[in-house]
Amino acid sequence: MKIPARHRAGITILEPKGKITIGVGDVALREAVHEALEAGSTKILINLKDVSTIDSSGIGELVSAYTSVTNRGGALRLLHLPPKVQDILQITQLVTVFEVLDDEEEAVATFED
Amino acid sequence: MMKSEPRVHVEVESRLENVELVQIAVESSLAQLDLSDDDAHQIGISIREAVANAIKHGNQGDVSKLVKVEMGIDDGDLLIRVHDQGVGFDVNGVPNPLEPENLLRRNGRGILLMHQFMDQIEYTFQPESGTVVEMRKELAVLRSNSAKQQEEEKQ
Repeated sequence: MKIPARHRAGITILEPKGKITIGVGDVALREAVHEALEAGSTKILINLKDVSTIDSSGIGELVSAYTSVTNRGGALRLLHLPPKVQDILQITQLVTVFEVLDDEEEAVATFED
Repeated sequence: MMKSEPRVHVEVESRLENVELVQIAVESSLAQLDLSDDDAHQIGISIREAVANAIKHGNQGDVSKLVKVEMGIDDGDLLIRVHDQGVGFDVNGVPNPLEPENLLRRNGRGILLMHQFMDQIEYTFQPESGTVVEMRKELAVLRSNSAKQQEEEKQ
C-alpha cells in the first residue's frame, strides 16, 4: 500500500486511508514520510480523515515521523482527526505534542508563520 | 479453560502479518454480539496489541512458536486469552509512556491502550508453557443476555 501524497504551497500533504496498524499501514506511513524528507520537504501535513483504525504501532510511526521532521528543522502537523484516532492520541497524551487542525486552509496557513 | 466454550480459538505462527489475520477472525465473531462501535473498536485494538506483544516480545518473532487466542463469554463478561510460548517478559519493566521523557519514544504504548480499553488484565507466566494474558471486559449486552438466561433457567 502506497500512501497518496499531494503538494500545496511547499507542503507535502499525505493522505493515508484505512488502517495504520502493525504490518498494514505503519510501514507505508514510514516510507511516505521518508520519501517526502528525501525529496527535501520539511513541511508535512498528514490528513487522517479516512483512517479507520490506528494502533500503538501506527502511533509510534506518527511520533517517529514527527521527530524526524522536527530534527530537520521542519514541521509535521495532523489534519482531520477521526474520533477514534483522537481518543488514542488523548490516552497516549500525544495531543500535547502534535498540532492538530480541522481545516486544510488554516493548516496550510500555519506553515507560513 | 474458560468456564463457557470459547467462541473463537485461533492459533497462528509468530509473524506480524498474522496480527491482521487474528483481528479478522475475532471481528467476524464479535459482529454477532451486536456490540457498540466503540466497544468493538476497543476490543479489537486490545487483542491486536496483545497478539503483537506475544509475537514480538513473547515469542521474539520465532516463527516456530505459536500464539493462541481464545475468546469467549464468562459470567457475562467478554474474556480473551492470548498465549505465547516465550520466556516471559517483565510487564512492570516497560517504561511508562506517559512520562515526559518517554512521550516521543516509538514503542511502548500497547499495554497502556490494553489497560485503558479493557476492565481487567492479568499476566500469568509458566516457564514450560509461556505467558498468558487474560483480558476481561464488562459488556452491557452480554450482562443483559446472561441475566435473561438465568431468569429462564429459574422458570
